[in-house]
Amino acid sequence: MDGFGGTTLRINLSTEEIERTPTDPEFARSWMGARGFVSKILYDEVPRDADPLGVDNRFIISTGVMTGAFTPVGSKVGFGCISPATNGHADSSMGGHLGPELKYAGYDLIICEGIAAHPSYLYIDDDTVELRPAGDYWGMGSLELEERMKNDLGEDFQIATIGPSGENGIVFSCITHDFGRQAGRCGVGAVMGSKRLKAIAVRGTKSLPVHDLKSHWKLTYDIIQRTKTHPNMAPWQKYGTAFFVGWSNERGCFPTKNFQETYHKDWEKIDGERLVEDCLVSDKACFGCWMNCGKYTRARIPGKPDTYQEGPEYETIALVGGSCAFTDINHVAYANHLLDNIGMDTMSGGSTVAFAMECYQRGFITKDDLEGHELRWGNIDDFEHFVRMIAARRGIGDVFARGTKGAAEAIGQGTIKFASQAKGMEFSGYDTRWYPAQLLSYCTCDIGAHHSKSWTITTDIELGRDTIEGKAAVVIYLQHIRPLFDTWSCCRLFWGELDVTPEEHVETINYMTGWDITLDDCMQVSERVWNLNRAHFMERNGGPGRSHDGAPARHLEEPIPDGPAKGKVVGRENFEAMLDDYYANRGWDKDGNPTREILEELGIGYAADNLEKIGLLGKPIPGGIPKVRGKKLKPKAM
Amino acid sequence: MRIKVKKESCTGCRLCEQICTICRYDEINPRKAAIKIVPHFPQPGIFEPKLCVQCGVCAKECPVDAIHLEGEAYVIHEDECTNCGICVEACPIGVMFTHDAAPTPIKCDLCLKCTEVCNTGALIVVD
Repeated sequence: MDGFGGTTLRINLSTEEIERTPTDPEFARSWMGARGFVSKILYDEVPRDADPLGVDNRFIISTGVMTGAFTPVGSKVGFGCISPATNGHADSSMGGHLGPELKYAGYDLIICEGIAAHPSYLYIDDDTVELRPAGDYWGMGSLELEERMKNDLGEDFQIATIGPSGENGIVFSCITHDFGRQAGRCGVGAVMGSKRLKAIAVRGTKSLPVHDLKSHWKLTYDIIQRTKTHPNMAPWQKYGTAFFVGWSNERGCFPTKNFQETYHKDWEKIDGERLVEDCLVSDKACFGCWMNCGKYTRARIPGKPDTYQEGPEYETIALVGGSCAFTDINHVAYANHLLDNIGMDTMSGGSTVAFAMECYQRGFITKDDLEGHELRWGNIDDFEHFVRMIAARRGIGDVFARGTKGAAEAIGQGTIKFASQAKGMEFSGYDTRWYPAQLLSYCTCDIGAHHSKSWTITTDIELGRDTIEGKAAVVIYLQHIRPLFDTWSCCRLFWGELDVTPEEHVETINYMTGWDITLDDCMQVSERVWNLNRAHFMERNGGPGRSHDGAPARHLEEPIPDGPAKGKVVGRENFEAMLDDYYANRGWDKDGNPTREILEELGIGYAADNLEKIGLLGKPIPGGIPKVRGKKLKPKAM
Repeated sequence: MRIKVKKESCTGCRLCEQICTICRYDEINPRKAAIKIVPHFPQPGIFEPKLCVQCGVCAKECPVDAIHLEGEAYVIHEDECTNCGICVEACPIGVMFTHDAAPTPIKCDLCLKCTEVCNTGALIVVD
């Protein structure tokens, strides 16, 4: 099948049965890859009462139509499961080289069921697929294990691992690859650990079948030449995402001290320039990428061993650096290494520690809870001790192993007001109080709060940060276009930052596959996925849908105390008005429940039947649903 | 004319491997490339592009004289090569590559396409 590896693997970890089937062309066309594949399989296969860390959840590894091709840039692989953080659909992707390697080995999709009897790793060498014992690897750090497995198997193998955090079911555990690329979000590492799957090792040596190779490569070749001189290329190459630390501070959206503030007065000590000047070892790119936003660094802290890591990237600098109030880039880089190796998402991990630091600041937790240690803002020793308490689930670490929402529910005393999360997953590294569309984006996001599905900081600026008018429709457009890149399984930055058009992406897909699809077709796939995930979330968690879209009180009620956004807050009334607007624009009813009309139009009428059975199908919209959902407005680059 | 490798500028993206196999075999398969990017991680944290320097040792060692100097590149003639592997063994810097599906060893013939896609100056053409 042109454009695909051609084979789907189904692995029953409990029985060690491995089934190979040709990837279904109709399935591939309807769902396109990674996020799309995951959405459909989870909906069809996981019982609605299944424990995310139990035997009935699925752990899915998926490439997409663009993975491994000569495209901008098919480096991605997606991981899917029911999330232990949100109890809903999870898809989390990462770059590096694992996805292309899987495709060159001939695999589009690997569905893991059951739970292995013993710690295991998945070994793939072209047609050889084995579950191998991983008892010797269990307990090792993610980065240490990758080095060990490269030594054991050879440099040609691409390796993905989990750390002790994933083994112990911490809900924000990640999967690590290529010494610093992560599928970080939704707790996919915890589900991998619950399956007793410690690692994945892949070598692929086959050629990727392409329908029209000449047109395919010439299109990308021309894009490469065109974008080399794009004005955004140089700063992205030099600093990567860390370039935007100052940018966010100047615009009053940089999370500081657990989102108490939005301007870090010492941001220049932890920004991209400091990172490059003080810590840079080498520039590092994902497979097939000519923008090399990865920064491989060395952290040096007196009294501690030097650490080598990729990053910190913007999100880590924001949620570890800013939110935990560090003032030395070496400390942020060291914390990045600590979280990577222990196997925690630096975003939710950083946010959870920051939340705990505020709990400590306010006296909700004390030294007695911390084995005699403190938890002071910006203190790397306190940070490290607490992270290790969480990873080992020692004492109160067990409470924070549930993330900010779970911890706030356990601690009580109103702490939920300052847990910056939606659906149980922590906010990305942008405060929302002057950015209402970003707040709406987080709170309606189908995987829990994550900017990857809709990032609107420049959109809020363009449309006016003090207004909510017209924001909901743009958020919907972004929630379709941005996750489309996760479904194609490629990097969205070439669209967002270098003006490679989505139409060019579609053109290259057609050259690869022999399909004759349009961007509108792809956008419909993306909308189908969004609505299916919504139905799935409600089938698992009850309703009405609106009850899951709430915002943390801090972002609704607490004006920003200082900095460029001083005094700003979204306000509850404004937020509820945005939700009304959002549901109307989506073709959902006022309770946030999808209607039969929209679900049937998207070809997933079965989801309407299922929602109807549990009384959560949206009421018909008088006059019908909008013909076009969402309003196109491409965000300006930063 | 030759390709100068600046390994400190290599970011490990492997676009060079991809374009190489596209131009050489009409296939996308980095494992069949005549250039190989070897990562050295976690330490020292650098990439090492391995690429033929056209020294000609392979041509001298070839028992059937299947490797010919054409312009400034030594080129394997597929119809003459017996795929015996002696050149691979003889290569002093390990840049004659092999692949089960390739009819001959794989070496750079200076088509220079890799230098056209490299965006970091790791592969540059010099006289």
